[in-house]
Amino acid sequence: MKSLSGLERGQSLEEVTLEPVTRLDLIKYAGASGDFNPIHTIDEEAAKAGLPGIIAHGMWTMGNLAKLFTPYYEEGFIQDYTVRFTGMVFLNDVLTLQAEVEEKSEQSIVFNVSAINQNGKTVVKGKVKFRLYG
Amino acid sequence: MFESFIGKTSPKVKNVIERGSVKKFALAIGDPHPLYIDEEYGKKSRYGNNIAPPTFPRSLEYGEIEGMELPKKGLIHGEQTYHYTRPLLVGEEVYCYTKLHDYYEKEGRSGKMGFIVLDRCGDDRDGRQIFSSRAVLIITETVRKAMMA
Repeated sequence: MKSLSGLERGQSLEEVTLEPVTRLDLIKYAGASGDFNPIHTIDEEAAKAGLPGIIAHGMWTMGNLAKLFTPYYEEGFIQDYTVRFTGMVFLNDVLTLQAEVEEKSEQSIVFNVSAINQNGKTVVKGKVKFRLYG
Repeated sequence: MFESFIGKTSPKVKNVIERGSVKKFALAIGDPHPLYIDEEYGKKSRYGNNIAPPTFPRSLEYGEIEGMELPKKGLIHGEQTYHYTRPLLVGEEVYCYTKLHDYYEKEGRSGKMGFIVLDRCGDDRDGRQIFSSRAVLIITETVRKAMMA
């Protein structure tokens, strides 16, 4: 069982690089989340909105980013999760998910989290406060 | 344009954290961890149950604030937060509501932009909060004008 408690400030979780974004990923997310805004799935609607192509739901990326913490839910849980959507995610983009310890106490660990695309641009940036059961 | 709704809430809506919905959601975010989808694994976990991913509340229903209608298109999701007192359990009933926390306008590069700060919360059957969330949604000038017309 992996553990978070050994991590020190400045250390990171092992980063995860996702497969290139596909239309089917976004169709599945639309169905699972109930967010059917067509700029995420239909080319013509994205074009009408002035976009060069369909873009991923911000919440799809936020959802993916949280999976860095799923293996640690025996130790604690995500108490606070805050992000800003700082860039758009297009089809075929390759995102890398990162989490670095910013602060640590006996009760919780605060991480800076981000999703970065293949050009090094940060598309989601935020913080996770992971509450430890202790 | 939403100023008069600030502080208003929707009536609570009962949601059930459905096993199938949680599985579909976990798969859609590429996180098919057994804690979310394997019943036996869930029983042996510290939760004694499967739980839902932290962003799962996106899929729940929160009801409507009477008279307030958000634009169907053209909203930009700027920020999102979640706060949990504990993870959501598969099978439990959650009573959800939404509240307009704030609305303000700012001059941006492409004209006046509106910022909708919308809270969405879920309580247990005794009224204790399980999660709260806050979204900042941005309305561009174009969409704002279309709505005023």
